[in-house]
Amino acid sequence: MTAATTDVVDPGQDTRKAGRYVYITAVVLLCAWVLVPLYFLLINTLSSPEAVNSYPKSFIPEFDLGSLTFFAGFEGILTALKNSILVAALTMVMSILIGAPAGYALSRFEFRGKELFRLLILLTRAFPLPLLALPLAVMFIRTGIDDTVFGLALVHTTLAIPFAVLITFSLFSGIPIELEEAAWTLGCNRVTAFQKVILPLVLPGITASAIFAFVISWNEVFAAAVLTIENRTLTAFLLQNLDTSPLHLKFAGGFILVVPALIFIFAVRKYLFAMWGIANR
Amino acid sequence: MAVIEIKNVAKRFGDYQALHDINLTIEDQEFMVLLGASGCGKSTLLRIICGLETASEGEVWIGGKRVDHLQPKDRGIAMVFQNYAVFPHLTVFENIGFGLRMQKMGNDEVKRRVERTAGLMHIEQLLDRYSGELSGGQRQRVAVARALAMEPDVILMDEPLSNLDALLRMEMRAELKGVLAESNTTAIYVTHDQVEAMSMADRISVMHEGKIVQAASPIEVYRNPAAEFVAGFIGNPPMNFLEATSHGGGKFSVAGHSFDGPDAANSNLQFAIRPEDMTLSEDGFPAVAKVVEPLGAHLLVTCELDGKLFRAILDSEMQVKPGQTLKLAPMPDRIRWFDPSTTLAVA
Repeated sequence: MTAATTDVVDPGQDTRKAGRYVYITAVVLLCAWVLVPLYFLLINTLSSPEAVNSYPKSFIPEFDLGSLTFFAGFEGILTALKNSILVAALTMVMSILIGAPAGYALSRFEFRGKELFRLLILLTRAFPLPLLALPLAVMFIRTGIDDTVFGLALVHTTLAIPFAVLITFSLFSGIPIELEEAAWTLGCNRVTAFQKVILPLVLPGITASAIFAFVISWNEVFAAAVLTIENRTLTAFLLQNLDTSPLHLKFAGGFILVVPALIFIFAVRKYLFAMWGIANR
Repeated sequence: MAVIEIKNVAKRFGDYQALHDINLTIEDQEFMVLLGASGCGKSTLLRIICGLETASEGEVWIGGKRVDHLQPKDRGIAMVFQNYAVFPHLTVFENIGFGLRMQKMGNDEVKRRVERTAGLMHIEQLLDRYSGELSGGQRQRVAVARALAMEPDVILMDEPLSNLDALLRMEMRAELKGVLAESNTTAIYVTHDQVEAMSMADRISVMHEGKIVQAASPIEVYRNPAAEFVAGFIGNPPMNFLEATSHGGGKFSVAGHSFDGPDAANSNLQFAIRPEDMTLSEDGFPAVAKVVEPLGAHLLVTCELDGKLFRAILDSEMQVKPGQTLKLAPMPDRIRWFDPSTTLAVA
């Protein structure tokens, strides 16, 4: 990294310098692509209604907490937030409990129809949700789990499972079978070998896929809007109410939606990197 | 204290018969090597003994107890894998102590045993490291130490040295042999490397196409191969073969020369001789040298004789040029005979 500071003339220096500029430019552009909209969202959230609707815009927020206070006092928003977290957490737990064993089986056992099964898992994502939502709503009303946190979590789990299965499948496949076999010869049975050897090795990846399930549920709005009336999640609640709100409240609502997901992903970023195989040490 | 008995073991994978009716007894504290080319079933047999694979037929007995229905952990065995299988999330210490911890052994005893086996394998200074920080040779030492720490009746090794480079392999070979001899365990060692087999084994089982062709001491396997396959597999280069036709009275004619052969019903036999068992003599086979390879310690000459390739190992001082005709005489007591209809040796 500090090699460029030496006084010795290096013929490769110019090319390397040019490469560095391209690299830095790319990084800056990518960061801007993500951060600039978020920054505008932040400014407009923290501005008074007049400032939001005026032109030109200020690049420094006014720290007017009016819009946010409005939401904090808005009836039902805390319930919606609680519902969102509950549904997402349930989705996370259920999709891992169902998805991880399926991933393990796919990676470790040979069975008839294995390839077809893997294809079918992907195909579940090919159905547009609106197509499923109405029959589901009818079925949920009949069984009495409509408008409940659990019912919605079931739908979100269905959406998250394909990812959970495929991610855990690749995680388990990445662990040599010999490690498990060695554990068996050293006094473990299948269950203890899994606990002592496989689980510690896949935990970062499992966490990553759990987070993925959480975010899928958090961001999902269609099923949430169709299947719940009283127990709305935050997304469904805001979508319903923001439609008819003034602009400054729309910004504040969007901000409220984005921030928890951001904080969550930031907190567990290490595991996401592990999932993509970038850093696992 | 463990004799291993393998009785009528067979293994099928679908239509493919990997093992045919294997019968083998391995004595207590014996070092048995299963030797064969890849796909001959040697690893499958080892995995059946270990319990990682179930036999389609037959029984496995260890120390007078039938074990083929038991899980690997209940068989009194420990295994060393080809790719080491050192747990990456544990330190070397915890790797070696893994099996002991599974037995709920006290901390002091674990520490004592781990340090003792680590000392045997010369890895005391690595106990705090993780496997990612070790070289291949060090990982294999950890894997062997982990198996030894269990103080098993039987230690099973599946090509443990084949991932190491040549020099390290030679060093580990000698060390492993010494450590195992001290440990009083019965050992089964799978390899495709005949040098490893010859140098380490008390007894070698040569396997071919799912069968044990010969189980005998290394020198016996080398000197008196039980079948043509063994003769053509063991030795570098392996035995030379020539056609032999009987002309009555126990005499066989080989490439125009007459030799005393065995009393065999078959009038056509294979005459076999090791390349190093040739001397230069006026009444030898006339062989035309094709390729001359000086190997330092000796000279390997590939000749043409009776229309076939014929190899001879000669003294490195010899001056041989391609195209030159050599008179090669086989040492009479080193000649072996095989029956082509059964491929087995005849005496």
